[in-house]
Amino acid sequence: MPAFQVSVQSSELAVREALKQLLDGLVPLHLDVEEAGTVELVMAEALNNIVEHAYPQGDDTGPITIACNHRRDGLHLTITDRGHGMPDGRTPLGAPVDIDVMPCDIPEGGFGWFLIKDLAKDVQYQRVELENRLSLRLAVALASRSN
Amino acid sequence: MDLCSRSEQNLQVVSVGEPRIDAAVAIEFKDAMRAATDGGSDTVVLDLSAVQFIDSSGLGAIVAAMKHMGQSRRLALAGLTPTVEKVFRLTRMDSVFSVFPTLDGALSELKH
Repeated sequence: MPAFQVSVQSSELAVREALKQLLDGLVPLHLDVEEAGTVELVMAEALNNIVEHAYPQGDDTGPITIACNHRRDGLHLTITDRGHGMPDGRTPLGAPVDIDVMPCDIPEGGFGWFLIKDLAKDVQYQRVELENRLSLRLAVALASRSN
Repeated sequence: MDLCSRSEQNLQVVSVGEPRIDAAVAIEFKDAMRAATDGGSDTVVLDLSAVQFIDSSGLGAIVAAMKHMGQSRRLALAGLTPTVEKVFRLTRMDSVFSVFPTLDGALSELKH
């Protein structure tokens, strides 16, 4: 599968569009339901973060680009945007959310980075001049599996 | 936000007709759940069999719906499709809710 790119202008509905274009581009890999679910979930979380924090409502919108490359060790994805940088110049830890609390105290947020860090490998963030780059690898469509 | 509510003996069944509960519709879903469950049965079964995808916003909205119902009421989930099940399992939220593979299973267990 040749490397490809998906580009959208940031908005809440743009995330759905980007995910659709990404999954369409991955059709040649014949991902199973589990693998496709992993791709969609990790990328939804990363894209949602960009829409919410890199291009917050009220500020200017801007482009979001996903570059996707298939290698022996899985799918290599880099998401680029030109919005606000991550606080402290790094990704949140993504620690598991503590749910061993009373039901009325169960948090409604904080799961996104946990899911990214749990499902993706080699998660890296860089800010280069005015560009944010989040790269990660998903261990799907591995060379070892037979098609 | 396509939510259908019906009574089944002592239970309320809320069926979600949307294929996705994600960031784009999470707030809408939360509001629709409040409207559907306010003043309703103690036990509500949320039928998710038509939902193919949720993200952490969708999960948060389902948690919010549960919290809004209050301590004395119960929100059970039925018909989790693969990616939805994955989200609940990875976050261990499948231990917080009663989760049933099918709506029929939920109804036979919970009805009286």
